[in-house]
Amino acid sequence: MFGKLGLDSFTRNPIEFGAGISMVMAALAAISFLFYFKRWKWLGKEWLTSLDPKKIGVMYVVVTAIMLFKGLIDAVMMRAQQAVSVGDSYGYLASDHFQQIFSAHGATMIFFVGMGVVFGMMNLIIPLQIGARDVAFPFLNSLGFWLFAVGALLLNISLIIGEFSGAGWLGYPPLTSMEYNPGVGVDYWIWTLQVAGVGSLISGINFLVTILKMRCPGMTLMKMPIFVWSCLCCLILIIFAFPILTATLAMLSLDRFLGMHFFSASFGGNPMMFVNLIWAWGHPEVYILIFPAFGIFSEIVATFSRKYLFGYVSMVWALAAITALSFIVWLHHFFTMGSGASVNAFFGIMTMLIAVPTGVKMFNWIFTMVRGKVYLATPMLWFLGFASNFTIGGMTGVLMSVPAVDFQVHNSLFLIAHFHSVIIGGVLFGFFAGFTYWFPKFFGFKLNEKLGRYAFWYWMIGFLAAFMPLYVLGLMGATRRLDHYDHASGWQPLYVLAAVGVLLIMIGVAFQVLQIIISIRDRKKNLDTTGDPWDGRTLEWSTTSPPPFYNFAITPEVNERDPFWIKKQSGREQAKKEYKDIHMPKNTPMGLFIAGCALIFSFSMIWQIFWLAGVGALGALVLLIIHLSDDDTDYYVTVSEIEQIENRI
Amino acid sequence: MTEHAEIQREVHSKTVLGFWVYVMTDCVLFATLFATYAVLHGNTFGGPSAKELFSASFALGETLILLTSSFTCGLAMLAAYRAKKEQMLAWFGITFLLGCAFLGMELHEFSDFVKEGNSWQRSGFLSSFFTLVGTHGVHITCGLIWMAVMMIQVGIRGIKPVNFKRLACLSLFWHFLDVVWILIFTIVYLMGVVNG
Amino acid sequence: MKKTHKFALFILLSLACVLAVIIFWDSSRIDVLNPKGLIALKQRNLLVISTLIMLIVVVPAIVFTFVFAWKYRSDNEKAKYTPNWENSILAECIWWGIPFIIIVVLSVMVWKTSHELDPFKPLDSPTKPIRIQVVALQWKWLFIYPEEKIATVNFVQFPEKTPLNFEITSDAPMNSFWIPQLGGQIYAMSGMRTKLHLIADAPGIFNGCSANFSGTGFAGMKFIAKASTEADFDAWVSSVKKSPNHLDAKSYKQLLKPSINNKEAFYLLSDDGLFDQIIMKYMTPM
Repeated sequence: MFGKLGLDSFTRNPIEFGAGISMVMAALAAISFLFYFKRWKWLGKEWLTSLDPKKIGVMYVVVTAIMLFKGLIDAVMMRAQQAVSVGDSYGYLASDHFQQIFSAHGATMIFFVGMGVVFGMMNLIIPLQIGARDVAFPFLNSLGFWLFAVGALLLNISLIIGEFSGAGWLGYPPLTSMEYNPGVGVDYWIWTLQVAGVGSLISGINFLVTILKMRCPGMTLMKMPIFVWSCLCCLILIIFAFPILTATLAMLSLDRFLGMHFFSASFGGNPMMFVNLIWAWGHPEVYILIFPAFGIFSEIVATFSRKYLFGYVSMVWALAAITALSFIVWLHHFFTMGSGASVNAFFGIMTMLIAVPTGVKMFNWIFTMVRGKVYLATPMLWFLGFASNFTIGGMTGVLMSVPAVDFQVHNSLFLIAHFHSVIIGGVLFGFFAGFTYWFPKFFGFKLNEKLGRYAFWYWMIGFLAAFMPLYVLGLMGATRRLDHYDHASGWQPLYVLAAVGVLLIMIGVAFQVLQIIISIRDRKKNLDTTGDPWDGRTLEWSTTSPPPFYNFAITPEVNERDPFWIKKQSGREQAKKEYKDIHMPKNTPMGLFIAGCALIFSFSMIWQIFWLAGVGALGALVLLIIHLSDDDTDYYVTVSEIEQIENRI
Repeated sequence: MTEHAEIQREVHSKTVLGFWVYVMTDCVLFATLFATYAVLHGNTFGGPSAKELFSASFALGETLILLTSSFTCGLAMLAAYRAKKEQMLAWFGITFLLGCAFLGMELHEFSDFVKEGNSWQRSGFLSSFFTLVGTHGVHITCGLIWMAVMMIQVGIRGIKPVNFKRLACLSLFWHFLDVVWILIFTIVYLMGVVNG
Repeated sequence: MKKTHKFALFILLSLACVLAVIIFWDSSRIDVLNPKGLIALKQRNLLVISTLIMLIVVVPAIVFTFVFAWKYRSDNEKAKYTPNWENSILAECIWWGIPFIIIVVLSVMVWKTSHELDPFKPLDSPTKPIRIQVVALQWKWLFIYPEEKIATVNFVQFPEKTPLNFEITSDAPMNSFWIPQLGGQIYAMSGMRTKLHLIADAPGIFNGCSANFSGTGFAGMKFIAKASTEADFDAWVSSVKKSPNHLDAKSYKQLLKPSINNKEAFYLLSDDGLFDQIIMKYMTPM
C-alpha cells in the first residue's frame, strides 16, 4: 500500500535527525509567525501566487540562501571529519553518512544554489534591463520556480524520511544501479534532479523568448546590456543541455525500476554511455552557472569605473565562442576512461581553446577600469576576489585539459580545488556582488558597507585557506571523497588548514547575515530615494527603488547602449508621453499547486507507492489542462490607477 | 480595441516561438535516446536482434497511418483558419482516430515482444528500443489527450484567437511527432531489418 | 591603505607562510612531483612546463587587475579619466592573439604527449615486460600474475627497470587504478579490459589507491606497490608460491564478498584463466 515506505524509513541517525528536526522547527516557527501576525493572506497574494518576476526572483534568492547555508554546513561537516579521521581515529561520521553528505553537498550547490542564482538573477534583472514589464510566459515562470522549490524540499525531506544518495552528486552506474545501491537514496537524488531540471528547462524557455521578443523599442541585440547577452547565451545552453539530463536520469530510473539495461555492466548495457551523456549535460551546465556571473561582473565593473564596458562587441563574441565550444569538450571529464590518445587529444585541445575567449573577457574587464574612476565599494571587492580566484581556477583547468597531466590529477583534490576555485570565485562571488549591487533597487535601502567588506575579506581569506591546500593535497595523491587516511601520508596538516579555511568562510557568512539584519534595522537611514544609488548606466536604475509592479509606466525607447547613463549625461528629459492601459497577468496559485502534485508524484516514485504517483501525475495533468484552458488570465491596469501609483512615488 | 488585437497578435507570436523552443528541447531529448539506441542496438546479449524481431511492413503500416493523420491535422488547421468549426472538429476527429490506431498497433507490437520473452529486460538493445519507441508513444498519447481537450474546448467556445494559438501549437506538436517517427522508422526499423 | 585591508593582507600572508612551511616540510611526499618512474617523470615535466607557459598570461592578468584597480581608484587625482574610451583594435588583437598562440603551442604538446603517454601504449624497452592483471573488487585490489602463477591482494611487487604491463578490470562499480609516483591512472570497469604501462626506475615502496569512488569502503581501498631488485622479486615469487592459500574460481567467490580495510593476502594461482573469466562473466549470458 505504501510501497517501500514504512515506520523504519524515518531516520534514526542523530545528526541527520537533528538537522531534519531543526528544519521542521524553523518551518513551524515561520508558520506560527504568519498566524500570529495574520499575514497568510499577504503571503498568498503578494508572494505565493504572484507572477511578478521581481517577487519570483526574491523567492529564488531566499531558497538559494537557505540551500547555500545547508550546503555550507555539509562542507563544515566534511572538513571536520577529514581533519580528524586519521590512523586509528575514524572521525565522528560513519562512511555511509559522510558519503551522503558529500553527495548532498554537490547536488545542493549545483542545482539549488547555482541554478537558483541563475534564475533568481534573470527574474530580477532581465525584464528591467530590457525595458519590459513582464516576462514572455508568466505562468510558466512561476511553475518553473515552484518546481525548483519542490526539488529543494524533496532533497531536504531525505534528511528525515529515508536517506540521500551516497554515490556522489553525479553518481555513475554501476554504483548507482539497483545492484549496488538498492535503497531509496539514489532515487531521491534522481527525482530531486529531475524535478529541478524540468523547472530549469521551463524557466529557460520563458526567458529565451522574453529576451528575443520583449526588448523595448530601439533595443537591438547589440544595444542590450551585456548581462542580458550573458543570460541569452546561458539560456541557449540550458535549452540544449537540460533535456539530455532529463533523458539520462530517466534511463537510469528505468534501469532501476523496470530492470532495463542501459547502463548495466552486463546484459548488453554500457555504463560508459551514462558517463558520456551525463557530461554532455554536465559541461554546458558549468557554463550555465558562470555566464550570469560574467554578466553581473561586466555590469559592476562598468558602473563602478564610471566608464563604458571595454570591448562590448568582443565580449559578445567571446560569450558566443564559449557557448559554442562548451558543447564539444565534455570528454575532458573522463580522459581516464581510456578513449584513446587521439580522442583525448582532440577534446583536450578543444577545452584549451575555451581559455582564449575567457581570457579575453578578463582583459576587457581590466581595461574597463583603465582610465576609469574606480570606486572600490563592496561589489568591486567581490570582482577583485573573482579576478584572482577564477583566474587561478581557470589556469588549473587548462592544466587538467592536458590528458597526460589529467591522468595524475583526475578525481584528486586538485580537481576539487580547481572547480571550487571557478565556482566559488566565479558563481558565488558573482552572486554576492550582484546581491550587494542590486539590493537597494528591490528593497529601497542600501546594505551596510562596512559589514559587507568584512564579509568579503573573511570569504576571500577563508576560500584561499580552504582550497589552496587542496591543490597540494591532490598532488600528494589524495583523492576526493575519502573519509579516512593514514598518518604516513602527511596529509593531515593540510586538511586541518582547509578546515580552518571553512571556519573563516562561515564567519564571513555570519557577517553577511549580520549585514542584512543591521541594514534592515538601519534602513530608514540608508533609503535609496532616487532609484539610482550607484550612478548606474542601465534601465533598471531609471525606475524607483523598488520599482512599481509594472516596472515602467511608459515603455522606454533607447537608441544606444547604457541608455540611462546617456540620458543623465545629456541632461535631456524625455518628452512626457501619455499613459496607456497596461496589460498584466493575474496572480494564480496554479504553479504552486502543480508543483505540489509534482512533489507527491516524485516522492511516491521514490518510495514506489505507485498508486499515489498516479494520483500526483493525474493531478498535475488535470490542473495544467485547467489552467491552460483558462482564457481569463490577464487584466489591464487603467490609466487612472497608473497615475495614482506614479504620483505616490 | 485595436490595441487588444495587437496584444493578441504579439502573444500569439511569443507563444508559437516559445512552443518552437520547447519542440527543440524535445528534439534534444529524442536525440539523446537515438544516440543511446545507436550505441546499444547491437548489444543483444544472446537475445534476438533487430532483424529477427522487427517487421518492416508492420512499421510501414504504422508510418502510413501517422502520415495520414498529419495530413488530416493539416486539413483541420486549414478549416480552423477559415473559422469552419464543424469541419475542423471532423478532421481533428479523424486525426484522433488515426492516432489511436497507431498507438494500438504499437502496443500490439510491444505486447507480442513481451509475450515471447523479449521485453525491455532482455538486453541493452531491447531496453533502448522500447524506451525510444515508447517515449514517442507517450508523446503521441499526450498529443491525443491534448487533441481531445481542444476538440471539447472549441466545441463549447468556438474558434477564437486565444484558442487558435493553442491549436497552432498542437498541430506543430503533431507534425513534429510525425517527423520523429520517420526517423524512428528509418533508423530503427528499416536499418534494423536491412543490417540486423 | 585602509586599516582593514592592511589587516587582511597580513592574515593572507601569514596563511601563505603556513602553507609554504607545510609544503616544504613535506615536499618529498608530494608524489606527483616526486616521480619514481619514467611515465610519472614525463607527466610531471609536462605539468611544470604547461604551468609555466600559462603563467605568461595568468600573472599579468592578475597583476594588472590589482594594479589598475589601485591606480585608477576614484580618489587618485593624478589618474587620467576617459569615460568614453571603450575600444582598441590593438588591445583586442593582443589579447585574442597571444593567448591563442600559447594555446596552439600547448595544443601541439597535447597532441604529442597524449600519444606518447597513452596508457595503452607499451613501453619502449629492451627488458622483457612483466604482465600483471588487476581486478578492482569491493573494496580491495586483486593482482594476478598469470605467468608467475601467483596472486595477491592489496600488494603488488615487481622488479625495477622492468616494463609493467597492467591489464585492468573490475568486478565491482567503476574504480580507477592509480600509483601516483609511477604514473597516471586509468579506470577499472567491469566487462572491460583497460591497460596501463608503467616502469619503476629504482627499488622503492609506492602508494596506490582507487581514484574513482565506488561505495562505502572506498577510503580503505589502498595498496602497496613495491619495486625490488630482480633477485628479490624472484625470491618473493617463490615464497608466495608456497602460500597455503590457493586462488581459483571457488575461492575467488569468497573474495568477491564486500569487505573493507583488507590486509594484504598472498595466493598460489590455481586457475590462470581467472582474469579472462571475470571479464567474460559480464559479456555472455550465463
